[in-house]
Amino acid sequence: MSRLLEILFGRLPIGWLQLTHSRTRFAAALAGVAFANVLVFVQLGIMNSMATATLRPYSFLNADIMISASDSNALSEGGNVARQWMLQAMAHPDVTAGMGLFLANVNWQRGATTLGLTTFGIDPAQPGFLSPDIAAKIGPLQIQMAGLLDRLSRGLPREEAAGIRPQSPLSFETSGKTLTLYDTFAGGGGFGGDGYMMVSDQTFLALLPARQSAAPDHILLKLRPGADPETVSTELRALVSDKTLRIRSFVQAGKDDLSYQQTRRPTGVIFGFGVIIGVLVGIVIVYQVLSTDVADHMREYATFKAMGYGQGFFLGIVLEEALILGLFGFIPGALVATGLLTLMGKLTTLPLAMTPGMIVIVFVGTLVFSMVSGAIATRRLAGADPADLF
Amino acid sequence: MALDDAPLRTSELNHWFGAGEARKQALFDVSLSIARGSLTVLVGPSGSGKTTLLTLLGCLREVQDGSVVLLGHELHGARPALGVALRRRLGFIFQAHNLHESLTAMQNVLMGLQVKGRVDKATAERAATHALGLLGLSDRMDYLPANLSGGQKQRVAIARALVGNPDVVLADEPTAALDRESGANVVDLLKRLGEARGTTTVMVTHDTRILDLADRVLTLEDGCIVGDQQR
Repeated sequence: MSRLLEILFGRLPIGWLQLTHSRTRFAAALAGVAFANVLVFVQLGIMNSMATATLRPYSFLNADIMISASDSNALSEGGNVARQWMLQAMAHPDVTAGMGLFLANVNWQRGATTLGLTTFGIDPAQPGFLSPDIAAKIGPLQIQMAGLLDRLSRGLPREEAAGIRPQSPLSFETSGKTLTLYDTFAGGGGFGGDGYMMVSDQTFLALLPARQSAAPDHILLKLRPGADPETVSTELRALVSDKTLRIRSFVQAGKDDLSYQQTRRPTGVIFGFGVIIGVLVGIVIVYQVLSTDVADHMREYATFKAMGYGQGFFLGIVLEEALILGLFGFIPGALVATGLLTLMGKLTTLPLAMTPGMIVIVFVGTLVFSMVSGAIATRRLAGADPADLF
Repeated sequence: MALDDAPLRTSELNHWFGAGEARKQALFDVSLSIARGSLTVLVGPSGSGKTTLLTLLGCLREVQDGSVVLLGHELHGARPALGVALRRRLGFIFQAHNLHESLTAMQNVLMGLQVKGRVDKATAERAATHALGLLGLSDRMDYLPANLSGGQKQRVAIARALVGNPDVVLADEPTAALDRESGANVVDLLKRLGEARGTTTVMVTHDTRILDLADRVLTLEDGCIVGDQQR
């Protein structure tokens, strides 16, 4: 390693030699940097999983425009929308179809555990509003009290989910009614529920008698091919009488939901702060290691100053140390974080995983915060006065 | 531009430490000229200004009043960059060896060459090996300072100061940590460098054995030169 760095820098790798001179201290410094990396990775992993979980239900649907109540910041939040606005919107020449979307949580009591299922009430006669995978399976939803279940629901044994087929349906009781599951689709546990379920709007209303057919949670619209959802949304805002409604493209609705979850919901803000705290911990650890190292070698640095070495040389040593700490601390940090995220993903069934994007971001971030710490630590070098050596 | 052949000259050099009422003058109108290739010894009691003079000659302190001409360059009012460039032509030997604990003896000596810019690795290692050999450390080249005796560390520090063929060597008690024979060898080496390469040495010492070998002995008391013996 020493030889390689010597060739790379064109000089003795003093930073490397200095850091590795005390193996114990070097290991402790690397552990500190790795710890900061683990903090950042885990927080980023949770933030990423929040993004995946937030956007997942949007992937079940296939629409161009979504009309929501004024207080609807997320798919599962906000008031209802009167169906009459769907009819008014369909007067727009570019709107070809509309569907009311109902949403509620339905609990499946399974012995001692309860499965919380975010349940979509959709019109089974309009499969075009669903993803191709789900659309291909909604035939049985025409039957009253029939449903499709998320086979990746948290707490649902995979073998049991695999057994749910049209020819071998599974029934369960909820709210005093019997619901029969005829097929499954791929979803997964999120922050708001253990999984998802699709039922017809009629079944939805039967399960939740307090809800009204005329007031779905959202209205989905399909446009004629080639129409621009943003332009039509703007035109619909002028056309629809209720000016308080949020009329957005379906893509924009997903983005708004994600932004809301990450910046305005307490969990999103906490995870965001977690990343910042991880970065700060990393900066403090690297700074502490480097500034202690500079202080410990003040006489040697003063000697080098006396010999005619300039500020650039010292900056080079400290930045070399910062890079080494960043690089060698990142590797164990990334490995430990991958293991932790995998374990957490298995335990919670949240979509927690190490992604290439996270690796690149944290790697570059680690090098940058290490260099920033190194640059700050070089300020202590001003205290190395060669005149004091005599 | 060289003002004359003397590598070191001072004229009416004054220096103070502190400020206000605590201000204390350390040097008073020191004027001297040191010949090329000579071995000059500075003697005097503690606090007489020897070290202050040495640091001013070596561009380690800013000249406050008077003139210091080092290797043809006036240091009074000089830019810091000139001081850095001139120091690369000097060899410093400190009373404490100040070796880098993470570097081997060879690597410490190489630092004395590396400061001069990119030097071919093989050439640099040959020069460092030669310098260490001259100081009797051929079998200690790969040792870390922690594994060397006090005298061996000091000899490594001397090799580091000399390996770059400095024009001037400034030394503070270089033989204090050495036994009689090693001390004599070092002074003999400095003398030979003066004769062969014209290396000028200015040395602060209390070692009376060295006085006999010096070309000139300057005595300082209370910041003034009170004795100047040519030998």
